[in-house]
Amino acid sequence: MEIPVSWLKEYVDIDVPVELLAEKMTVAGLEVGAITYLGVPQGFVEGIRWPVSEHLVWDREKIVLGAIREVQPHPNADRLVIALVDYGGAELEATVTGAPNLFPYKGVGPLQSPLWTPFAKEGAEVWDGHSEVRKRMILKEKPLRGIPNRCMVCSEYELGISDEHEGILLMQQQPTNTVTGQPAAPGTPLQDVLGDIILTVELTPNLARCFSVLGVAREVAALLDKPLRQPSHEVLMEGAGIAGEVEIEIREPELNPRFTLMLLRGTTIQPSPEWLQRRLKLVGQRPINNIVDVTNYITFEIGQPLHAFDYDKLKARAGSATPTIITRLPTPGETLETLDEVQRTLEPHNILVCDRAGVLSMGGIIGGAETEISDTTTNVLLEAANWNFINIRRSMQSQKVFTDAGTRFSRGVHPSQALLGVQRGIELMRQFGGGQVAQGVVDVYPLPAPTVQVDLRVAEVERILGMSFSAAECAALLRRLSFGVDVEGDVLHVTVPDYRMDISSDPITGQADLIEEIARVHGYNQIPATIIADMMPAQRANVELEREELARDVMVALGLRETISYRLTTPEREAMLTPGANSTSHETYVELANPLMAERSALRHTLLISLLESAVANARYTTQQQLFEIGNVYLKREGEALPDEPRRLGILITGPRRVESWQQDESNTPVDFYDLKGVVDGLLRGLHIGGVSYARSTHPSLHPGRSAQVLLNGRALGDFGELHPLVAQNFELNGGAPLLVAEFDLDALLERVEPNYGVLPLPTTPPVYQDIALVVGEETTAAAVEATIIKAGGNMLKGARLFDVYRGEPIPAGHKSLAYSLVYQADDRTLTDGEVAKVHQKIVKTCERELGAKLRA
Amino acid sequence: MLEQLEKLYQDAMAELEAVTSSEALREWDSRTLGQKGAVTLLLRGIGGLPKEERADFGKRANEVKLALAEAFAARETLVREHELARDLEEGQIDVTLPGRGRAVGGLHPSTQTLRELYHIWADMGFQVYRSRDVESDEMNFTLLNIPEHHPARDMWDTFHTTTPGVILRTHTSPGQVRAMRELGGDGSQPIRVILPGMCYRYEQVTTRSEMQFHQLEGLAIGRNIRMSDLKGTVTEFARRMFGANAAVRFRASYFPFTEPSMEIDVECFLCGGSGCRVCKYAGWLEIAGAGMVHPTVLRNGGYDPSQWSGFAFGMGPERMAMLKHGITDIRYFWGNDLRFLEQF
Ligand SMILES: [Zn+2]
Repeated sequence: MEIPVSWLKEYVDIDVPVELLAEKMTVAGLEVGAITYLGVPQGFVEGIRWPVSEHLVWDREKIVLGAIREVQPHPNADRLVIALVDYGGAELEATVTGAPNLFPYKGVGPLQSPLWTPFAKEGAEVWDGHSEVRKRMILKEKPLRGIPNRCMVCSEYELGISDEHEGILLMQQQPTNTVTGQPAAPGTPLQDVLGDIILTVELTPNLARCFSVLGVAREVAALLDKPLRQPSHEVLMEGAGIAGEVEIEIREPELNPRFTLMLLRGTTIQPSPEWLQRRLKLVGQRPINNIVDVTNYITFEIGQPLHAFDYDKLKARAGSATPTIITRLPTPGETLETLDEVQRTLEPHNILVCDRAGVLSMGGIIGGAETEISDTTTNVLLEAANWNFINIRRSMQSQKVFTDAGTRFSRGVHPSQALLGVQRGIELMRQFGGGQVAQGVVDVYPLPAPTVQVDLRVAEVERILGMSFSAAECAALLRRLSFGVDVEGDVLHVTVPDYRMDISSDPITGQADLIEEIARVHGYNQIPATIIADMMPAQRANVELEREELARDVMVALGLRETISYRLTTPEREAMLTPGANSTSHETYVELANPLMAERSALRHTLLISLLESAVANARYTTQQQLFEIGNVYLKREGEALPDEPRRLGILITGPRRVESWQQDESNTPVDFYDLKGVVDGLLRGLHIGGVSYARSTHPSLHPGRSAQVLLNGRALGDFGELHPLVAQNFELNGGAPLLVAEFDLDALLERVEPNYGVLPLPTTPPVYQDIALVVGEETTAAAVEATIIKAGGNMLKGARLFDVYRGEPIPAGHKSLAYSLVYQADDRTLTDGEVAKVHQKIVKTCERELGAKLRA
Repeated sequence: MLEQLEKLYQDAMAELEAVTSSEALREWDSRTLGQKGAVTLLLRGIGGLPKEERADFGKRANEVKLALAEAFAARETLVREHELARDLEEGQIDVTLPGRGRAVGGLHPSTQTLRELYHIWADMGFQVYRSRDVESDEMNFTLLNIPEHHPARDMWDTFHTTTPGVILRTHTSPGQVRAMRELGGDGSQPIRVILPGMCYRYEQVTTRSEMQFHQLEGLAIGRNIRMSDLKGTVTEFARRMFGANAAVRFRASYFPFTEPSMEIDVECFLCGGSGCRVCKYAGWLEIAGAGMVHPTVLRNGGYDPSQWSGFAFGMGPERMAMLKHGITDIRYFWGNDLRFLEQF
């Protein structure tokens, strides 16, 4: 919300620099997001920082108020005129200009009432109106088509007021000197006439009451501890009574608690006064005419939106009957063309303002085209109503129409404001357009809002804030915000001003609301900072998280980089992980009803999709990737609204085994299954999970021959292996080094972590090393050979490490040689050669017998 | 033979003088003094000498052998010293060539920041409590004092799922109610937890805003938890996170689930508060939203708000990492570009 300081000052005296005011407002919850200066210099206050403003400061001597007395034709140019300007000097200054809005006055002789305009003298700095880019210029004497010229009448653009530079800034009426409050004479520094500062205030949803200049003024008055000057609600009513001219029928009091009408007869549609137009422009509104402008002005001044009807049009629709305003919900299929020229099909909850002939407007949001004010309107019926804020919000969202009126009503406006708004509005319309206000107000108020009263115990303030206040101090702070307070011992009986709809009538919540107000007005920075003295709760370790972090550390120690991905993907993308999948089941996914983008519409089922997405992105500039991710996947559960969110660990490695180097002596061999298996082994070792076994994997995304499943006590912990070539192709990752991927059920894995794992003593006896090479059939796995060796070796065999796998001459086809390095050791003595030979022989024999192995010569 | 011996001695000494490398030294040693060396061979011929010459020859031969061995040792020391000196002098490599790369793993910057936060808050008695990403509308909004269709809902742009009433959490705050219900013992136990987690907003993805981000929320519930405690606790946190001199500012604000509510700013640690691009020349950086837990939320968590009170705060790990490392594009975080990740 834009708040011009000149307007704000109408309701409250501001005796501190605006920059300090902005800081105070910000700290009190009315965040000032920006300060915009119009012509006046930026202030600097010790200890308060604002960005340095780049705006144009109007020189007090050189940029002044001018009065154009006459507009003469230019003797040598049709597109130029000569304005004779009174700038407070001894003589009028002849100024050449091409401003089209002066042409109507060309050659008509001396003007009866002058045109007021900003006047820049030689040497003044303004924005260059002829430059494509925004740049400053200094006015210099320069003849224009033969006429000497050294000064300038200015456009809004040249002064930095707006982007308007078609014509010059013209005021029909003499403006006011804002310093003296008197009419501004020619030559008055323009700073004192049009100079201003605009505060851009960011309003949180609880600050509905501040959605107007008066609303902000109330807060400023409280913060500065100054009195507030309320605008007048008195109306001069000299016309015949309104009784019998119009009736109101409210059918949904919950949605429309109050509706008021006043009537102005015999008025004239014309431009609004200069000051009102200026204020509307400062808050971003385009002046239209005195009636429409007043409805907008009241909206911005006190926060109560108004709607003006052409009374005669209503009368014509009613025929011989009394015009009757009916507020109701739509009938099925009912439509309305609104002022924005949209034909709307109304929805069942859209509350409407109607007459007996049909729909007039969407209540509180936007008017209809048919009864709007036109240039020929003479009788104005002014509406100020109140609407249920939640219903207005729903209607704005469903109809996708966002207006200043609707925005205010959707935040919450109190019904009391309707009467104030209609009175102030009709009086301003009378003042600006003439005519007579009909006596009386048609005010239907079927659902009066109760006055909220809250009892606040003073001890509560200290209990919540940690700072003690006396009852009198609390009362004084609340009264600054216009709360009514009766102090009775330690209890404050607080009467809440009606516009404070944010204060709850619930006794406990209401107290909390008031405590916040006390803290805010007193200043959050005044409240001390203390150390919690309260009892410490039982300390619990989060084992789940600690183990998850352990898994991360192990992966990092193994040389992998952690990724964190978008958890949103699409079922179609995940289907690319299954070769030959030609249908995608959406039902198993948590899908978004309102995805932001098509490629992120459902929560992932697997980390593989995330890792492959990262791999694709990185493949553009690197061949080597070693990634892991730990995170949730989201699996819908039968009969449950909320999905299961198990944790997974995903791994992806690809590219050269070693980091490429300038030396050519390192192998650039790409990683394969066994590199990944090394990572998996390292992970299990790092987590101290033993006893796993490996089986062939049936995971559809993996190469069936080069993949494995990890099992522990028959329970699958995860799969790993080479990415299926067709999957790689789906992601356009084929053609390069193979991709090795893994996905583990992290919950199952971490459940098996043994935190108190045992550690073996260091041996005191010497080991004996012997190698053994066994030739076995291709179908015999290394795991089987190793298991047989270990079984046969008994407790004297301390280790068996595979160090070579060999195929080819002289090993017969269909066979392979596996060479193991065996370690023999007894715990209590040095083994003799004979003892070792005996065990070794037993191993050989057992392998021959059970595996058909042959000792390699 | 004696002449032969003398000649051998002279020759060997002369040859030794010419030896300059360890290799030549070894070669000289084996040729002269080794088992098949010249001296040994000559000594073997002692049997062919007349008996009376043997003693003299033997004596002289031993003298020669000893002298050669001594000379060898001296020469060896000299050669070794010389060689070492040469190696130290000439064996220089180009130390500016790059090192041989090793695969170095690393944690994602968000994880690193979260861990930093975990540690600081653990020191202050706050433990980690995690809750789900996919939430009910009720947990995410209604129980947090944000009724349906209330204008306060405009503060969160929400991803709805196709299951009515089920959304992606817009903040970690639903965990507050879950923590109170799970750890609060029906409103009888104090609580001090932090709630980290991924949150989601229906927001256009730009350099400054993301549809997915971490949040870390804190919650303290007790019989005597006051706003002054919130100020003291967050100030202490800011000192640990941003330095012992970090100045903190508390501004009134609004969240439906806290009252009083506030925004917390820390003096910009990049410019020391004098104003820079990152703090938008204000000298302050917004680091957290906070407040006293709203009575309605306490009630929904099972606590009697006239007896119990609490504070809550929420902060963004990615934003903190961005401030700390001067990261200007939040989209880097989930892009997983190795050129970004490898800088951490
Ligand atoms: Zn800064």
